[in-house]
Amino acid sequence: MSGQMGAIGRIELRDIAVSFASGAGSSSGASDGARLIALDGVDLAIEPGQVVALIGPNGSGKSTLLRVVAGLLRPDRGTALLDGNPVDGPDPRVGLVFQEPRLLAWRTTASNIAYPLELAGVDRATRRARVAELLTIVGLEAAAVQVPSQLSGGMRQRAALARTLALRPEVLLLDEPFSALDELTRERLNLELLAITAHTPTTILLVTHSVQEAIFLADRVVVLSARPGRVVADIAVDLPRPRSLGDLDAAVVSATARTVRAHLGEAAA
Amino acid sequence: MTVMTASRRWSTHVPGAAAAAIALAVFVAGWKALVVLTGYPPFILPSPELVLERFVSAWGDGTIGPHALRTLYEVALGFGLGAGLAVVVGYVLARLPLAERLLSPYLVAAQATPILALAPLLVMWFGPGMTAKIVISALIVFFPVAIATMVGVRAVDARLLELARSLRATRWQVVTTLEIPAALPAIFGGLRVGVTLAVVGAIVGEWAGADRGLGLLINLARGSLFDIPLLFATLLTIALLGIALYAIVVLIERTLVGAR
Ligand SMILES: Nc1ncnc2c1ncn2[C@@H]1O[C@H](COP(=O)(O)OP(=O)(O)O)[C@@H](O)[C@H]1O
Ligand SMILES: [Mg+2]
Repeated sequence: MSGQMGAIGRIELRDIAVSFASGAGSSSGASDGARLIALDGVDLAIEPGQVVALIGPNGSGKSTLLRVVAGLLRPDRGTALLDGNPVDGPDPRVGLVFQEPRLLAWRTTASNIAYPLELAGVDRATRRARVAELLTIVGLEAAAVQVPSQLSGGMRQRAALARTLALRPEVLLLDEPFSALDELTRERLNLELLAITAHTPTTILLVTHSVQEAIFLADRVVVLSARPGRVVADIAVDLPRPRSLGDLDAAVVSATARTVRAHLGEAAA
Repeated sequence: MTVMTASRRWSTHVPGAAAAAIALAVFVAGWKALVVLTGYPPFILPSPELVLERFVSAWGDGTIGPHALRTLYEVALGFGLGAGLAVVVGYVLARLPLAERLLSPYLVAAQATPILALAPLLVMWFGPGMTAKIVISALIVFFPVAIATMVGVRAVDARLLELARSLRATRWQVVTTLEIPAALPAIFGGLRVGVTLAVVGAIVGEWAGADRGLGLLINLARGSLFDIPLLFATLLTIALLGIALYAIVVLIERTLVGAR
């Protein structure tokens, strides 16, 4: 929104390490010895407007890394920088879409999308206009007054995406946002995501399990190793934009996919 | 098989009001049969029609009205006070484990002490006016609502709390937009129990000493007036008061909790 310098939304991670107290009853007594190391020395820089896909085995710390960038988790070591400033808590410039929709069951779709605006103290008229806009963007106009239990899985994910977009974040963090959906719905939502972010330059860090999806959406695919997570590969995707589903048949795609899979194989081993 | 389908059809097609009417008819018929079969005199067990007649006349000539109004006041104030405090305390118990450890022995002890034993003491302290009844009513309402609130707030999905944190909600915004709405179904579970107990509390308080109220009227009808049909008419009034208040709570619950 403010300033079109193109220097907005730069993420830099320097030597990020995160560990958790492991085992049950960790709150009492001997917890010092047994800590589960989730991330150990992650370095990553994402330029403004870039789309980076993060891929790695289960438990490699992908969600943990997003929570660090979102300011929900303080790393044990290292720093996360947003536009050069250390992240020290949730920031309005950063929007996070969780793996599950996390909608409030007692609010309608429109009211769920308005929730961040309400919390930020945006006045009612502005809220209403922005929500109408977002409902159109994600194609949920017809479901505006329905409650989450009346929505399909895909609609809930779109509502969650719209909610995150409400505050016009410069950085979008997506944690396997469409993983619970079937292939077709997922492809459609991916296309919508590309369309949405095409006209508002946004830096995107996206976690996915699908190599295809990673290549289709991202400028770079970053592979994390098995726990403790570390960057083992950073692969550029040489596919021009705008992209369409047909591009998935291009030779570059299969070549890139082979490279990513090779590194994933190493990562899992 | 046929029995099952028949009973399912029965339960889904007979609306609530009709079912209640049938239950009432069975109850009244049983009562009437008991009177006829045993031949008890009206001062032991009056017949349903005699009670109804007395109910109508006592409401008509203002014998019950002022007493019912007083009890209603006490119940409303006691319930409001007790439930209001209980929601606040229940929230604190849920979010401050230390508070729960410190307070729960007292709460349980207060709950375990029979209200019948406390009532005369409170009436002695606060006198025969409304105050003692409101306090007793509030006391008896407090426990179920506080526990229901505590359980409800504890059960709030941690993932939703993380969502609110990521949106930089203030502590107060988390309480009002997340924790209370999420805990509302549980809180209403406590309120449903609480509202009927509030009536019991007020009546017990009046029983222990009052200048007005349905509890006093029971004492009068059974004692100096020796009007047993009036005693039954008063019991009927208390039951109806309880049902009406319960229905109001359920109605509010439906509007607030609605379809989720
Ligand atoms: N709050 C937490 N407490 C304890 N362990 C956690 C917590 N969050 C994540 N972990 C552990 O850290 C590791 C990485 O988790 P996560 O970041 O969710 O992995 P991924 O998203 O790549 O599957 C896992 O072993 C997980 O069990
Ligand atoms: Mg994850």
